[in-house]
Amino acid sequence: MKCVIAGGNVKGERGLGPGERSVPAEPCLTPHTLSSSPVLGRAVHSLSRIGDELYLEPTESGLSLRAVNSSRSGFASFLFAPLFFQLYEPGSAGPETELFRCKVHMKSFLGIFRSLPSLEKSVGKCLILLKPRASRLVLQLHCKYGVTKTHNLAFQECERLQAVFDTQSCASHLCAPARLLADAVVHFPPMLAEVTLGTGPGGKISLRNYVEDEAEPSKTMVTELWLAEDEFQSVAVTPGSHITFCLKEFRGLLSFAEASNLPLTIHFDEPGRPMIFTLDDTVLEVHLVLATLSDLQSNSQSPSTNGVSHLPAPSDDFADDLESYMVAMETGEGDSERAPSPTFPLHTPWPAQREPEEEKEEEGAVPGTPPHKKFRSLFFGSVMTPGRPGVATTQEVLAEDSEGES
Amino acid sequence: MRFRAKIVDLACLNHFSRIVNTIAKLAKTCILRLTVCKLYFILSDKVANGGASMWCELSQGNFFDEFQMEGAAAEHNEIYLELVPENLSRALKTAQNAKAVKIKLTNKHCPCLRVAVELPSLSSSSRIVTHDIPVGVIPRRMWNDFREPSVPDFDVSIYLPVLKTMKSVVERMKNLSNFIVIEANLNGEMNLKIETDLVSVTTHFKDLGNPPWASEDGCPSSAQGRDLESMTEACIDIKKLLQLLAGQQVNPTKALCNIVHKRVVHFILLHEEVSLQYFIPAVA
Repeated sequence: MKCVIAGGNVKGERGLGPGERSVPAEPCLTPHTLSSSPVLGRAVHSLSRIGDELYLEPTESGLSLRAVNSSRSGFASFLFAPLFFQLYEPGSAGPETELFRCKVHMKSFLGIFRSLPSLEKSVGKCLILLKPRASRLVLQLHCKYGVTKTHNLAFQECERLQAVFDTQSCASHLCAPARLLADAVVHFPPMLAEVTLGTGPGGKISLRNYVEDEAEPSKTMVTELWLAEDEFQSVAVTPGSHITFCLKEFRGLLSFAEASNLPLTIHFDEPGRPMIFTLDDTVLEVHLVLATLSDLQSNSQSPSTNGVSHLPAPSDDFADDLESYMVAMETGEGDSERAPSPTFPLHTPWPAQREPEEEKEEEGAVPGTPPHKKFRSLFFGSVMTPGRPGVATTQEVLAEDSEGES
Repeated sequence: MRFRAKIVDLACLNHFSRIVNTIAKLAKTCILRLTVCKLYFILSDKVANGGASMWCELSQGNFFDEFQMEGAAAEHNEIYLELVPENLSRALKTAQNAKAVKIKLTNKHCPCLRVAVELPSLSSSSRIVTHDIPVGVIPRRMWNDFREPSVPDFDVSIYLPVLKTMKSVVERMKNLSNFIVIEANLNGEMNLKIETDLVSVTTHFKDLGNPPWASEDGCPSSAQGRDLESMTEACIDIKKLLQLLAGQQVNPTKALCNIVHKRVVHFILLHEEVSLQYFIPAVA
């Protein structure tokens, strides 16, 4: 893989790539030239809020950067279209072989893009080169005054990191300028874990800090914010719906969206089903998928009260189920006929066609501790066909997979 | 028991917010005492706070456009609430450009101080943010625990140097020692000293001036007849001092301290209608 990114928004110079062509012997040498390294840098910053590892996936439709959090309840992907780059060569994938994918330590990658302002000022061009043969991911920053900074990063070959979700099946959609949402979340303390998004009278949208069951109501400050419908670009929300999600990852995406000045679309469904945040640009597609807190106690909770929602404790076997979903998370889908795009159409139900061998490789990647919160895995809802919220069915399928490997 | 207040003026809001920030830096929890004309933030000298105590007094008329309160009883028309000032500070922090801020005592699920912030928005209606800050209502019989501390019978009273300068000095000294000795005399001289096995550092301030305390209104007399040059000293926790110097956003027009030899240092910061008193006990 090879790509070149220009420091500014130099789009007219596409195709002007360094002469390094993929060496045929290398299974995949994809040089990337980024066309705006600050955008890439911001994307990396945003991804760093999610996971400790950055997954790089060169595909025909662009370079995809992905991350998943340690509890596997959050996944983000940034797909940079080939047009984003001055030069983009995803490498050659034969009919048999797949494009080479890898993951690197988030810290080492982030280190390169640490200071965004200085990056913006000094970097003229950024070259990303994946050299599977040399086991190196090379990042070259061509800076002012002829300074070239070359970073050689170690990487790990990996399976495809894929969350399965479908924005179309979500019952509720909200679209708002990133600024609006960024202005809304500043009212919440930086350390706050979760917020609840809900609807209220008059079509207002509310955000409220989620107070955990254990917390004493007399000790916790409850902040609630109301946004009028007309502040949003579009609102199509099931009346009375509410959903609780993690703020940290969302904040990461918001800062990217705000800096890029892109509207953010939020797709959500019932509590417990994944929530999807999307940003769309001509050369960039961003998805953030977050698990949501399942509301086992029906939706009777009024979003306008000051009360604390009391949810029953999760059953013991729930954690086991969760783990099996998490196994599903990182397994690569061998079926290469699937378009490697970060949108995952629902009509390709994936778990059935996976082969058990693939999972073995991923065994080490499965975190040992399930999240203590009652967040369902991203996969929980995603394998369900719309209109059939059969939880039991999903559990069966996924549990089988994890047992098969042990 | 009722309380509701409203701030519309931005300058007042920012000023109030700065005071609350200062309080939040000095105390984890404090008492908010409300009377018809004044608000008080009180930290009483419990051992848990390292013996430090605080008394901050402001006139409501200088901050609030509306201020209505009804105390527990007609003859005791006051309200004492225990709260975490950090919560109030956080609620006000994001209200910097608010159209209006309303503060109201509510009791829905638990007693709360509801701070409702009306923010400008792009749409026709404003954005409303509400913060429900849990409070504890202090019963009447415990009010006596939160009485105004009397000015101690000090040995020396002296104006403080520019607080910023003092802060940068103390900040550096903090790296060397946990304790600082403040000494001053009636000749306008003050020294900040640290002494460790390895190093002794002293910063001298002079010509600070000594505030005139009228003796006729029963004011301390220990300072009378003292030798002008002789130093009175107190050794205090340097962190506590730095908390005050670094955390204060009152920007006082007058700042002074009273030292009771080896017992306590009493700081007074004055800004228009706001007064902040902070007591740091001396360590042995």
